Amino acid sequence: MGFLDTLLGRTKPVQPKLDDLFALPSAAVQLEAATGFTPTGSGSVCFRAVEGKTFADIQKDVRELLDMDADKPGGGGLPVEVTKDDYGFTWLVSNHMSDEVDALVTDLHAVNSALVDNNFGPQLLCTMVAFRDETHRTLALVYLYKRGTFYPFAPVPGRQDRRDNALELQVKGVLGEDLKIEQDLARWFPVWGAPGL
Amino acid sequence: MATRTRYAPDRGLTVRMTATMFLLGLVFVGFVALIIGLMSYAHASAGAIIFIALVFGGGTAFISLFYSDKIALAAAGAREVTPQQEPELHAIVDRLCALADMDKPRVAVAPTDLPNAFATGRNSKHAVLCVTRGIQRRLDNDELEGVLAHELSHVAHKDVQVMTYASLLAIVAGLLVRFAFYSELFGGGRRGGNNSQAALLIPIIMLVSALVYAISFLLIRMLSRYRELAADRSGALLTGQPAALMSALQKVSGSMSQIPTRDLRQAEPLNAFFFAPAVKLNGQSLANIFSTHPSLERRLKELEKVRQQLGQER
Repeated sequence: MGFLDTLLGRTKPVQPKLDDLFALPSAAVQLEAATGFTPTGSGSVCFRAVEGKTFADIQKDVRELLDMDADKPGGGGLPVEVTKDDYGFTWLVSNHMSDEVDALVTDLHAVNSALVDNNFGPQLLCTMVAFRDETHRTLALVYLYKRGTFYPFAPVPGRQDRRDNALELQVKGVLGEDLKIEQDLARWFPVWGAPGL
Repeated sequence: MATRTRYAPDRGLTVRMTATMFLLGLVFVGFVALIIGLMSYAHASAGAIIFIALVFGGGTAFISLFYSDKIALAAAGAREVTPQQEPELHAIVDRLCALADMDKPRVAVAPTDLPNAFATGRNSKHAVLCVTRGIQRRLDNDELEGVLAHELSHVAHKDVQVMTYASLLAIVAGLLVRFAFYSELFGGGRRGGNNSQAALLIPIIMLVSALVYAISFLLIRMLSRYRELAADRSGALLTGQPAALMSALQKVSGSMSQIPTRDLRQAEPLNAFFFAPAVKLNGQSLANIFSTHPSLERRLKELEKVRQQLGQER
């Protein structure tokens, strides 16, 4: 925020950065090669819905658009799920086959652009893509829209509110060159119970 | 195009805030000019008094700014909490900070039943966000999120700094009254008849300072009210849920007036940073100009405007 905005108590809504999301498919390949984690094929976009009909209409349109894609031959075949978490944030979950990371990212991007085109870009919180390895450990790569950076989130299976920091830091090292990793560890906030994880 | 209209700043509020700050600055410049003029007229050495007042006033303001987080937490009896202790509270703050792209402040909880929240600290690196058990108990997650977004906006707007600088003038003027009064009492005899103009000077400085103190006090209160409205607005825009903040405001101010005043008075030193004022004055119209917070009706009306703005057609 500029000096004048601070002085006058105005906050400029932060617009999301969308482009870095497309680095995800190649990073997924790298992640599998180095750690054995493969994409589960599910990914989600998380945003804070604005009250009122205008936003609800946009949300409905996006959902219909993605579901239409799913019905087409060669599409993922699975409809989009919409859930609301305990904190009032909405998650749109898109499911694909595990080798279709490209299609998944395209779906996620459709949600982004629908919100941005309708000037609700500042409401976007994060995108999450889920991974799993042979021992059924889960890992999510979370994309922070406002920073344009990724961070890993690895909940310990079966343990509530515990994250596997060692694995997260390992992933940070592995993907350091493919993705823009969030350097400020304080911003790696946990997304417990995120849909699609 | 619609981006600008949907998240447009409130021009009226900007103008009123600018005017208030301009008037404060004007009073300050006028005050200094008058003091210098008076002194050179009287060839007096009252400069020492003014110098001391400035050093003291500046010193107090600097200390209160520098230690604002510690002072406020201690005054509220609040304790910092870890994500393990308060996972829900931290999760709400985490999400809001990610939405607003700002550093996460420390989070504290005060064990009082008074429903309130405040943010303090001289900058975003030293900011602390504090809620009371009372507000946690009374509000649901959406409403609490609205309140926290309001407090985070205070941090983003650097309100602690702005209000400290604004109060500096009032502090110095207040100290001048006091010092002039003491030097009149104890120093008047020594200076005696050698300079009758200087003897006249002290009461004049006292009078002017008292006047400046009163005017700047009212202006600061006015500025504080505008900054509350600005934080309401930014907070509601951040969450996209003005209605949640409106219902939180109604709940909090409703229960505020039910609680006996004796308990509330303990909260007075922190009042300017609170989410809703804990101390209520009787007599609405007079209370308004002395108040650090706008009236509930005013805040609800402004939030209604935000709601209309967000619901604009595509």
